[in-house]
Amino acid sequence: MSDESPQAAALRPRSPAGIEESGKATFPRDRLGRWAWLAVLALLVVAPFVGIYPVFVMQALCFAIFACAFNLLLGFTGLLSFGHAAYLGAAAYATGWLVRSAGWSPELGILAGVVIASAAGLVVGLIAIRRQGIYFAMITLAMAQMIYFVFLQAPFTGGEDGLQGVPRGKLFGFIPLANDLVMYFVVLAVFVAVFLFIIRIVHSPYGQVLKAIRENEPRAISLGYDVDRYKLLAFVLSTALAGLAGSLKALVSGSANLPDAHWSLSGEVILMTLLGGLGTFAGPVLGAFTIIGLQNWLSDKVGSWVTVIIGAIFVVCVVAFRRGFVGELKAWTERRRKA
Amino acid sequence: MTEVFGIPIQALLGQLLLGLVNGSFYAMLSLGLAVIFGLLGIVNFAHGALYMIGAYVAWLSLEKFGINYWFALILSPLVVGALGVVIERSLLKRLYKLDPIYGLLLTFGLSLIAEGVFRDQFGVSGQQYAVPELLQGATNLGFMVLPNYRAWVVFASLAVCLGTWFTIEKTRLGAYLRAGTENPTLMQAFGVNVPVMVMLTYGAGAGLAALAGVLAAPVIQVTPLMGSNLIIVVFAVVVIGGMGSILGSIITGLVLGLIEGLTKVFYPEASSIVVFVIMAIVLVIRPAGLFGKEK
Repeated sequence: MSDESPQAAALRPRSPAGIEESGKATFPRDRLGRWAWLAVLALLVVAPFVGIYPVFVMQALCFAIFACAFNLLLGFTGLLSFGHAAYLGAAAYATGWLVRSAGWSPELGILAGVVIASAAGLVVGLIAIRRQGIYFAMITLAMAQMIYFVFLQAPFTGGEDGLQGVPRGKLFGFIPLANDLVMYFVVLAVFVAVFLFIIRIVHSPYGQVLKAIRENEPRAISLGYDVDRYKLLAFVLSTALAGLAGSLKALVSGSANLPDAHWSLSGEVILMTLLGGLGTFAGPVLGAFTIIGLQNWLSDKVGSWVTVIIGAIFVVCVVAFRRGFVGELKAWTERRRKA
Repeated sequence: MTEVFGIPIQALLGQLLLGLVNGSFYAMLSLGLAVIFGLLGIVNFAHGALYMIGAYVAWLSLEKFGINYWFALILSPLVVGALGVVIERSLLKRLYKLDPIYGLLLTFGLSLIAEGVFRDQFGVSGQQYAVPELLQGATNLGFMVLPNYRAWVVFASLAVCLGTWFTIEKTRLGAYLRAGTENPTLMQAFGVNVPVMVMLTYGAGAGLAALAGVLAAPVIQVTPLMGSNLIIVVFAVVVIGGMGSILGSIITGLVLGLIEGLTKVFYPEASSIVVFVIMAIVLVIRPAGLFGKEK
C-alpha cells in the first residue's frame, strides 16, 4: 500500500479547519500534545492510589476505547455509524457468556468477543456501504436495532435481566483480575495500546487514504482507490475495537445487559466524540470521561432529566460547538500563533 | 372454521388488518420524512418524537380539558406543527449549509429531550386513550369481524397519504415544493419566499406526524418511548422504498406493515426484525431502494 501514499499526501492540505492535521507540519504542537498525554497517563496511573474509585475509571476507560473506535470511523473516515452499541453489546454478551457459562479464560473470552463483534461488523458493513452519506447512518441504525431485538429474544442473553455474575478469572492463568487494582492496570494498558494503534493507523498510508475518502470520495475513486474496500476495512476495524471495549466492560462490571446494545448508547458514543472533538485523537477520550462522569454525578440527583440534559448537550454541540473541546483548543492556539 | 396453513382465517385476517394499521403509520411517517428530506436535506430523527407528542396532546386534551377525539385530530397537528415551525426557525435553519449528518444529530438530541421530559411528567407506563364513541364496536363482514376503529385508521391514513400525494404532484403549491427541492436558489430568484416555504414544509411534516400520533393513540399504549421505537423501523422503510417517490413511500409502508402482520402469524419471533431483514435483502439486490433512482 505504501506506493499509494503520495497521492493521499497530495490530498492532505485541503482538509477544512478544525479537523486534525496529521503529519510533520504540526510537529511543535505534537510535542506539546505528547507532554499533555504523558501528564494524563501519569494521572491515570496514580488515580487509584489517591482515592479515585478504580471501577469508575475503568468504566470510563472502556467507553474511551469505544469512543476512539467510533472516531476512527466518523472522524477519520467520515462514516457515521448510528449503531455502534450493537458491536459493544455483542462482544459483551459473547465474553460474558463464554467466561461465565462455558468456563473460558478471560483472554480467550475477550478474543472471542472481538471476533464476534468484527464478524457482525463485516456483515453490516458489507450491506451498509452500498449506500452513502446519511443513508449509511440509517442503515447501520436499523441493523443495530435488529441485533438488539435478537439479543432481546435469544435464550443465552437472559433477556431483560441480562447476564449477571461474570467472573473475571485469571488473565493468562496467573494474573488475578478479581483484584480491582490489577484489573485497573490491565484496562489502562489495553486503552493505551488501542490509543497508540489508532494513531498509527491514521498516520499510515492506509489512514491517509481514509482521510482522502472523507474529504472527497469521488476524487478518491477517480484516483483509482477501491473506496468500498477501504471503508469496509475501517468499519471492521472500528467494530473490532468497539467489541474490545465491550468485552472489557463485561469483565469490569461482571455483567452484560441490554442497554449495552441499545440505540441510546449508540447515540451517547456519538455525543462523546462530538463533544470532545471529531477527528482529534484526544477528543473522544475527553468526551467519554465528561459524559460518563456527568451521568454518574447526575444519576441520583435528577432522575429522568439525565436524558434531557444529554439531549440538550447534543443540540448545543451541533448548533454552536461542532469542533468540540479539542478542536476549539486547537483553533484557539492557531489563532494565537497567527496573532 | 376455515383454516389457511393451520391458522384460523379469522386470526390471519385480524393480524393482517393490524399489519395494515401499522403499515398506515409507516406510510404517513415515511411520507413526512421524505418531504422534509427533499426540501431541507435533513433526516428528521425527531419525527418519532413529534408523533409521540401528537398522541400525548390528544390524550392530555381529553384528560384535562375534555376535548374529544375529533377536535384533537385537528388541534394536535396544529400544536405540533407550530412546535415544528419553532424548531425549524430556531435550530434547523442554522444547519442547511452543513453536512446532513448534523441535522440527524440535532434532531436526535431533540427527541432525547422530548422523551426525557415526557418520561419525567408521565412515567414510562402506557396511557389508555378510549376509542371515540362513533367508532366503537365492530362490523361483522361474514368472513371476519372488522373492528370499526382499525378500519377508520386505515381509511383515514390512506386518505391523508393520497391527499398529500395529490397536493405535491398535482397542485401549484406542490409544483413550488418540487421546484424548491430541485433548485432553491432559482426559486428564490423567481420571487418565491423559499425560507417561509421551508419553514411551512417542516411544520406540515410535523403536523402529519402528530396526526399519525392521534390516530394511533386509541390502538396502542401512549408512552414516551412509542416514537423512537417506531422511527427506527420507519428509517428502514425509507431505505427500502427510497426517498425519491411519494407513492413509493406509501406503498412500501403499507406492504411492509402487511408483511410484518403475516410474520406475526407464521413466525412471531421474527416479527420485530422482519423489516430489517427485508431492508438488508433489498440493499443487496437493489441498493437505491425499490422506488429510488440510482445516482
